[in-house]
Amino acid sequence: MNQQEALYQYTLRLGDNALILGHRLSEWTSKAPLLEEDLALGNLALDLLGQANSLLEYAGKTEGKGRSQDDLAYKRAEREFLNNLLVELPNGDFGFTIVRQFLYSTFALFLYEELSKSKDEQIAAIAAKSLKEIKYHVRHSSDWMLRLGDGTEESHNRVQKSLNDIWMYTGELFEMNEVDAILIKAGIAADLNAIKQKWSSKIEEVLSQATLKRPQDAFMQTGSRKGIHTEYLGFILAEMQYLPRAYPTAKW
Amino acid sequence: MITENDILSWLKEIPDPEIPVISVVELGVVRKIELNNSKVTVTVTPTYSGCPAMKQMEDDIRAKIHENGISDVEIKMTYSPAWTTDWITDEAKEKLRVYGIAPPEHSTIDKKVLMGLQERVVKCPQCGSAVTEMISQFGSTACKSLYKCKDCLEPFDYFKCL
Ligand SMILES: [Zn+2]
Repeated sequence: MNQQEALYQYTLRLGDNALILGHRLSEWTSKAPLLEEDLALGNLALDLLGQANSLLEYAGKTEGKGRSQDDLAYKRAEREFLNNLLVELPNGDFGFTIVRQFLYSTFALFLYEELSKSKDEQIAAIAAKSLKEIKYHVRHSSDWMLRLGDGTEESHNRVQKSLNDIWMYTGELFEMNEVDAILIKAGIAADLNAIKQKWSSKIEEVLSQATLKRPQDAFMQTGSRKGIHTEYLGFILAEMQYLPRAYPTAKW
Repeated sequence: MITENDILSWLKEIPDPEIPVISVVELGVVRKIELNNSKVTVTVTPTYSGCPAMKQMEDDIRAKIHENGISDVEIKMTYSPAWTTDWITDEAKEKLRVYGIAPPEHSTIDKKVLMGLQERVVKCPQCGSAVTEMISQFGSTACKSLYKCKDCLEPFDYFKCL
């Protein structure tokens, strides 16, 4: 694998995470428990789709085969998506969505902080831009972790259960392969071991304030780095890609 | 003879699609204007990554330049340096306030608030009261938070810092 191929895959990984999580959050539109949260989750979804747009556009340019961000979003098959399993999980209840968002946004915060110093100028620019938005996302989900965790017995039990159920999907966020090795050497990518340390201590800090227990690291799910996904991604793509695949020349 | 300054003055007439009291230039979205022979290149930057008004602004900029008799227009997108509310001029901030939107503070203050190091005081754009509360961090568009004035009881938007 050369550096260009590694950069293409790395940018896809970032872009696919933003795209799929943005899609999931958009499913809350009109269904959130409060009007304010309907707006909030919709805004988060929009930020993520915007980030996905910039990242997939750059992935297409890096690949050099003339594929646009739309081609990459709408015309790839499931096995070609490199997003983490965490972001494709169904929304569950509001608490589950918040726990997932908290774990992901905190990860994205530390990752994009590093990437904003990347030697690849476009990665650095997109990361710096996205970071401003991600800080709001972290604030939003951390506030809710405190409210739900340190709230009623019912809310506490529900978020603790969500946390326990989701935990086995967090190990994968920090997996590294040849792509990372090549790009870390070139000063482009971030070392995920270092990100993991920062992530763990931030997560522990918020969880203890929220009177929640950090689950034990045990069996961890894996697969996305090789394009192997949960059954849920196929359903997301079926919905997301239906229109552009059925009507390839549609414009609106 | 048309100059880059002429083009800038045309673009100053284009209202922001979501907040029509300020122009796309006052918003800080227009970063560079270049005129080469008869071709105009305008470099723009998005406010938020997913700002749905961006496409509209690009179309408006292109149409405005066409209206003034230049057909060869290219719009370039840049992400660096990332857009900040600090680029909104004081004059434009006053326009926002008169329009009923509390203008953004300087981003250094907002950063401290976001990290919990400082309390934010957002004054009510209707009555000027400092006794207000945030109802939601996220509001009607990506760039706004929702507030309520405890004195006049009016809800209002706060243009959040970025
Ligand atoms: Zn008031």
